[in-house]
Amino acid sequence: MSDELKEEAFEQAPPPGEIPSPQQHFASRFSGLTGAIGPLVTVVLAFLISGIAILAIGKDPLKVYRAFWNGTGLNFFYHFGSYSIRIPFGTTHVWFWWDTASISAQNLQQTLLTTTPIILTALALALPFRAGMFNIGGQGQYWVGSIITVWVGESFIGLNGPVHIVLCLVVGTLGGAAWAGLAGILKAKWGVHEVISTIMLNWIAIWTSSWLLGQGGPLQGSQKSIPVSNSIADAAKLPIFWGPKLLQGLSIGIFIAVAMLFVYWLLINRSTLGYEIRAVGFNPDAARYGGMSVARNYFLAMAIAGAFAGLAGAIDILGWRYNLGQLDVQNQAGQIGFIGLAAALLGRNTALGVGAASLLFGALLTGTSGRQLDQSIFRPDLAGDLTTIIQGLVVLFVGLNLGAVAVWWRRKLRRVAA
Amino acid sequence: MAEAPLLELRGITKRFPGVLANDDVSFDLRHGEVHALLGENGAGKSTLMNILYGLYTPDEGAILLNGKEIDVGSTKASIEHGIGMVHQHFMLIPVMTVAENIVLATEPRKAGIALDYTAARKRVRDLSDRYGLAVDPDAKIERITVGQQQRVEILKALYRGAEILILDEPTAVLTPQEARELFEIIRSLQEQGKSIIFISHKLNEVLEIADRITVLRRGKVVDTIPAEGATEPGLAQMMVGREVLLRVDKKPSQAGSPLLQVEDLHVFDDRGLEAVRGLSLEVHAGEIVGLAGVDANGQSELIDAIAGLRAVASGTVRLDGRDVTGDSAREMIDEGLGHIPEDRHRRGLVLPFSLAENLALHAYRKAPESRRGLLQLSTISRRAKRLLQEFDVRGGTPDTPAFALSGGNQQKVVLAREIDADPKVLIAAQPTRGLDVGAIEFVHRRLVEQRDAGRAVFLISLELEEILSLSDRILVIYEGQIVREFPPTASEEEIGLAMTGGGREEAA
Repeated sequence: MSDELKEEAFEQAPPPGEIPSPQQHFASRFSGLTGAIGPLVTVVLAFLISGIAILAIGKDPLKVYRAFWNGTGLNFFYHFGSYSIRIPFGTTHVWFWWDTASISAQNLQQTLLTTTPIILTALALALPFRAGMFNIGGQGQYWVGSIITVWVGESFIGLNGPVHIVLCLVVGTLGGAAWAGLAGILKAKWGVHEVISTIMLNWIAIWTSSWLLGQGGPLQGSQKSIPVSNSIADAAKLPIFWGPKLLQGLSIGIFIAVAMLFVYWLLINRSTLGYEIRAVGFNPDAARYGGMSVARNYFLAMAIAGAFAGLAGAIDILGWRYNLGQLDVQNQAGQIGFIGLAAALLGRNTALGVGAASLLFGALLTGTSGRQLDQSIFRPDLAGDLTTIIQGLVVLFVGLNLGAVAVWWRRKLRRVAA
Repeated sequence: MAEAPLLELRGITKRFPGVLANDDVSFDLRHGEVHALLGENGAGKSTLMNILYGLYTPDEGAILLNGKEIDVGSTKASIEHGIGMVHQHFMLIPVMTVAENIVLATEPRKAGIALDYTAARKRVRDLSDRYGLAVDPDAKIERITVGQQQRVEILKALYRGAEILILDEPTAVLTPQEARELFEIIRSLQEQGKSIIFISHKLNEVLEIADRITVLRRGKVVDTIPAEGATEPGLAQMMVGREVLLRVDKKPSQAGSPLLQVEDLHVFDDRGLEAVRGLSLEVHAGEIVGLAGVDANGQSELIDAIAGLRAVASGTVRLDGRDVTGDSAREMIDEGLGHIPEDRHRRGLVLPFSLAENLALHAYRKAPESRRGLLQLSTISRRAKRLLQEFDVRGGTPDTPAFALSGGNQQKVVLAREIDADPKVLIAAQPTRGLDVGAIEFVHRRLVEQRDAGRAVFLISLELEEILSLSDRILVIYEGQIVREFPPTASEEEIGLAMTGGGREEAA
């Protein structure tokens, strides 16, 4: 393979010097727009292979995918007409070209609602990745953020609405940051591998939450027979700007998540902290030599990542969950964290990529869920499995680095032709 | 020697986007000779050899073996034609044994499936006996020295029936002792009728080992000459295209006040052994102090301790009179320490970073490179553009990733960053390792400039010649202590003796 690499170096900047190692090589190759090719190929392949699975159970893949698409609500964008939505914190209505009250609009609201925490948990993986770490703990950080938000949300009843919301978001975020920061400190001080510590912290978070919400637990609500917390104060709920208020309309949480994509971009590409994090991720020795504290950067990268995941939990509580049950925590133990991981990998840890990949997974989850999918076309219980298959294939192909395979193949063809 | 050449490359041209790597290159190899291919980094030596080895297809030209044109479209074809190559970066599998590595891909088998390890080991032993290449066939690659790994690579090529051996910068990774041994191996191979192409940019080596020398410059053949009668200055001029000063031209030093003072320093290495044992030294403003010594006598630990990259067990370090013992790397940079690290890939550069980002490695956290925690990209890029020009860095713009540059240009980037920070003390650790003559001359000139500007330059090098030509005073380190001091007029023999621990009594 070394000849391939050498040749690449020529294209980068002549005259060629020493052979770059594969990591360095790919790091540069996959920056910028050309980097989108690999992920796109990945997604297309994943859908093609899943299509074979659909064929195998005797369904028409095109029809099924069409039903998925409609389930995601993305078909919303072709209902032209004259409609309106209400702007939060006021009575103003904004006129829209699309039918804001249709089924597809509701589906789209669900898609975006699902996308919100995926964006944030993906960022929780992407940021430490730039520092050379693998944060598997997004799930635990999410639950810590959720639990603290539930607690603060159901306390302080009567607090001014915006103040209560901001308070909840801040403590949820800090909770997640502290939880991940713990893994960061363990790594920085004693070299404990973050994969091990975050996985353990996940389970601690899940079972502590379970206990807090369980029968007789401190956070169990006033109904003594069910292990669910009280609902948060109405004033603490995030404003819903689109869709029915009582049936999980879309809250402004999505804007917070999108804003965080920008914050992430700014942090990584434009701030001195991001510069340090990237330097540490590429070459800790050079970073130390450059006068940076590697330990501090490990800690900060983890803590900020945890903040993103904690914020995801807080937004979900304030945006649509409103309370948290023991079963929520136990049944969805690995979900958000894993999907966030897939989205970060597919998005190659860039802000734009993470945004796009999160939307893809959010849409996929919504489009195949029992409520949104047209049941006459595909059984929703099987559809859920299909989602898992597609996710798994994506992670597998991302691991394979299809972009690199494509480059290699192109070169091989060229050589044969020469 | 009027016989027909064994191998001939005729009019080879190879283009890469933006570069003409080989321009109508002709080269021939006679039976049983060592033919050196000499040229600066990026002159096209490796490209030419990769064409011969079947890794690249030439755009034009032909390859003739025994007068007949052959097609080497792949490495497999070239191996079948008896051409073997030992790359600069070895291609061995670390967890496998020597014998397993050598027979890989053409291994003897039992019943067609299982590896016949006994047969493999026997064949390897026969081969190593025949050519005097001592290796232990059962040793794991990761456990043997670099020099031995190189022998394994050579044996691998011989095992596959190589009659022509290409050695790509074989001494770059070797210690002087290992290089000696390699030269003996090359001679014994030559006696057994093998023909060798020896790629290098080191003049003295080429003169010592080669029968003929072909010099490449910017993809073109300058000339092919017999080694007999060739001189280092003559070859250097052919390589670079102008006269090169192999000896540094400098005025006598005007030493001022001491800027770096190390007193009774004790430092431990990674294994917890005392590497620096009560070392004291001073470097004054306006002088270059050279630290000579055999590798691993505490040089690295000493530099790291001064630079704040390793804990000081006891003793003091003063910078311009201030006690800076135990300060962090960041504090040392702020206090005025410049440091050209001994390994530019491990420390000096973040290879995937752009040149602009690399040049900002110290300055990024201060105005005008950053304000309120945000990088000022246009300032960083403008500064990079200026430095790249001032230090004559070729082959890259501020946005080029550092790994795309040749070693010499990478080192210029490090040099530019450290010198531009306007340090009081400049530590230059092995500043010319792996560089070609042109780049070495550049680095040396810059270091002397720094001295003349009134900075204290502390030069650490394993190349005695470099120490001798640059230093105003020479200190010899042995087992973590300064054992002797020499004036720059001292002979290599005297210093060499002190480096190996001889003459210690005199020093005390």
